Amino acid sequence: MPLAAHIKERPAYFHRFDALWTPSVLILDPNGEERYRIEGYLPVDEFRAQLEMGLARVAFMSKDFADAERRYAAILDRYANTKAAPEALYWKGVSHYKATNDHTVLGELPGMFRQQYPDSIWAMKTAAWEH
Amino acid sequence: MKVHWRKGADAALAEAKTNKKPLLMDFSAAPA
Repeated sequence: MPLAAHIKERPAYFHRFDALWTPSVLILDPNGEERYRIEGYLPVDEFRAQLEMGLARVAFMSKDFADAERRYAAILDRYANTKAAPEALYWKGVSHYKATNDHTVLGELPGMFRQQYPDSIWAMKTAAWEH
Repeated sequence: MKVHWRKGADAALAEAKTNKKPLLMDFSAAPA
């Protein structure tokens, strides 16, 4: 569900939702909790990937880990060449672990990052899971 | 596909809660 807040029409919303820069896109869960924020302009594919990351985050934070895993996998499938992809790979693995309690997926991540996104900060975050 | 942009935050938040849907808020200062 989209809501438009232009600074000339709805200045109070900027204060209410802590929007200090434009463009800003906030993704809130159904209970009104902010779960993701995109600030600044992006190329179309990067922006679409970020929107999908926001929806995946909503699923993750509502503990619907199976849905979150599906969403992160879809991001990897559709937006593999975007900057969102390494983060999606990380959270896909975490979501799988949270959904199944199968920790072996975490141990596989460092190798996957070495092959696909070795320079990503998300690669560093998986290094501790190296066997 | 035409997007139905809501304008009021309180109504949109209530609608999101009722329909169990996420809410996307677009903050802009771009000229119309």
